[in-house]
Amino acid sequence: MTTAVREPATGAPRAASTASWFSDGWITTRRNLIKIKRVPDILVFTTLQPIMFVLLFSYVYAGSIDIPGSDYKEFIMAGIFAQTVVFGSTYSGSAMAQDLKEGIIDRFRTLPMSPSAVLVGRTNGDLLINGISMLVMIATGLVVGWRVRSSPLEAIAAIALLLLFAYAFSWVMAFIGMSVRSPEVINNVSFLVLFPLTFISNAFVPSENLPTPLRVFAEYNPVSALVQAARELFGNVPPQTPVPDTWTQQNPVLTVLIGIVVLLSVFVPLSIRKFSQISSR
Amino acid sequence: MTDPVLDLISKERSARSARHSDVTGVRYLLHMAYIEAHDLAKTYTPKGAPAVHALDGLSLSVPQGTVTALLGPNGAGKTTAVKVLTTLIRPDSGTATIDGIDVQTDGDQIRRMIGVSGQYAAVDENLTGFENLDMIGRLYHLGAKASRRRARELIELFDLTEAQNRPVKGFSGGMRRRIDLAGALVIDPQVLFLDEPTTGLDPRSRLGLWDIITRLVAQGTTVLLTTQYLEEADRLADDIAVIDHGTVIAQGTSDELKSSIGGQRVELSLVSEGDSDAAVAILRSVGTAAPEVSSDRRTLAVTVANGPTALQAVLGQVERDGIRLHDAGMQRPTLDDVFLQLTGHSASADDEKEKAS
Repeated sequence: MTTAVREPATGAPRAASTASWFSDGWITTRRNLIKIKRVPDILVFTTLQPIMFVLLFSYVYAGSIDIPGSDYKEFIMAGIFAQTVVFGSTYSGSAMAQDLKEGIIDRFRTLPMSPSAVLVGRTNGDLLINGISMLVMIATGLVVGWRVRSSPLEAIAAIALLLLFAYAFSWVMAFIGMSVRSPEVINNVSFLVLFPLTFISNAFVPSENLPTPLRVFAEYNPVSALVQAARELFGNVPPQTPVPDTWTQQNPVLTVLIGIVVLLSVFVPLSIRKFSQISSR
Repeated sequence: MTDPVLDLISKERSARSARHSDVTGVRYLLHMAYIEAHDLAKTYTPKGAPAVHALDGLSLSVPQGTVTALLGPNGAGKTTAVKVLTTLIRPDSGTATIDGIDVQTDGDQIRRMIGVSGQYAAVDENLTGFENLDMIGRLYHLGAKASRRRARELIELFDLTEAQNRPVKGFSGGMRRRIDLAGALVIDPQVLFLDEPTTGLDPRSRLGLWDIITRLVAQGTTVLLTTQYLEEADRLADDIAVIDHGTVIAQGTSDELKSSIGGQRVELSLVSEGDSDAAVAILRSVGTAAPEVSSDRRTLAVTVANGPTALQAVLGQVERDGIRLHDAGMQRPTLDDVFLQLTGHSASADDEKEKAS
């Protein structure tokens, strides 16, 4: 009965539909793109840090670490790619915690928008940042002497696999961000967890040289599978590398694909459910 | 307290009440309950701390097209009640409906008809004022064109031209607050929820906000706001629901509430504590409750039904008894008085207890 006296001037608010699922996702993605544009330190960090890593590893360690039958630069690039995109996914964690702290989640949750839109926008933001990082790293790698030894198609597959894995990991981080609620804790803890995870792997040294407990960890570490998959697809696996004895290392691309499907099918619904329940305190 | 904004608002409200006055008494029949909350309960159990009963059987009935204030101290459950009604949290038990629509089961339908401004300015710091409002319009699915037009209108209305094209980051709390309030009005909501809306607003913005609210109410919008200050509830709201420990302990117009708590207070400040017994006797003769005596026995107060008459009577008797005064005066009831009367404990003492635990 009140709708009759309401001016139609502003249009009528409508419920979320399939069409609005896309438009809501795009609106929140745009919100994150504007943030990347307006907060220059994000862009500076995501471009300078990978350049720094490529340069440090290829000039500081290249002389000391001997990879049989290969150049360390060739070996290391897949590792740097994997580490960078995994770290790039942590923005979703701290950003969700930050949104919750600032109360803007409450605003979104009182709007008739799709309940997944904020998360879709947030993880898309990470995807873009990681895409930019990938381009910068590839360019830097080519400058220092890294080469793709496979076909362009395989190289594209490698890039897609890295970005997809990181995208799936963004959903995990978004869920953690909403659960932990403190952007500072997220930043510190992801540093403490992700550094060992990326270093105790085959990213920077061949895992067969590691002491047994670390070697076992490294062989089953999902980051190792990601690194191995990228290395294979870029054609950067050293020719004298012994045949790995774990299934995950023998079938890294398949392992990573399974990992992506599992992470997405668990953490997308879990995160959306979490989002529909949270509110600032 | 003389506040030009509140005075103006008060006049506006009186005019509105006058329109209703022909039918005073049957107002509730004419305005069916629009927001209905029944026996809402919500308990939080923080780690290593005793359970907090944020809502403890809260029931509330808000007529359509009126302004209702939830009045209570910090931690009384006002914000939790608003969060349940705005679909932000689910109660452990109890039901709540707006226009007959269940807030728990039909959240999406509820969200299409409400505008919400929370206690803290919920704005995106990296977006400009315009971008924030435009984004909200699009997420209400108003369409791009209508969203942009509405954002421009609100920027005009809330005097936000300065923040229009600059990121919110760097603007004052008052500016953010205004953008947030504007965000609650992107649609003409059927129900407007405002959690402590005047916090952080300058007089001009408060006037602007009230002007907009008055127009919305005239169109049939129902407003539910929360406040810690009786003065504010008194001036802004048609109805006041007093909340304490997660439940409504009294609901009525400000006049009803005031008369229920004894209207006004007469206070005396004595030169000598030796006169206190005589002064207590005088106050007792005019008061509606037992006089309160300060620990030094020199400041006395009592609630009275009719302030001026009581004060005159008290001063006359004080003079006849030869009691010397530092000060004498009359006060409107404060939130503390309401609480003291309704709950037997004072609101501020409650705050201290919370801090101590």
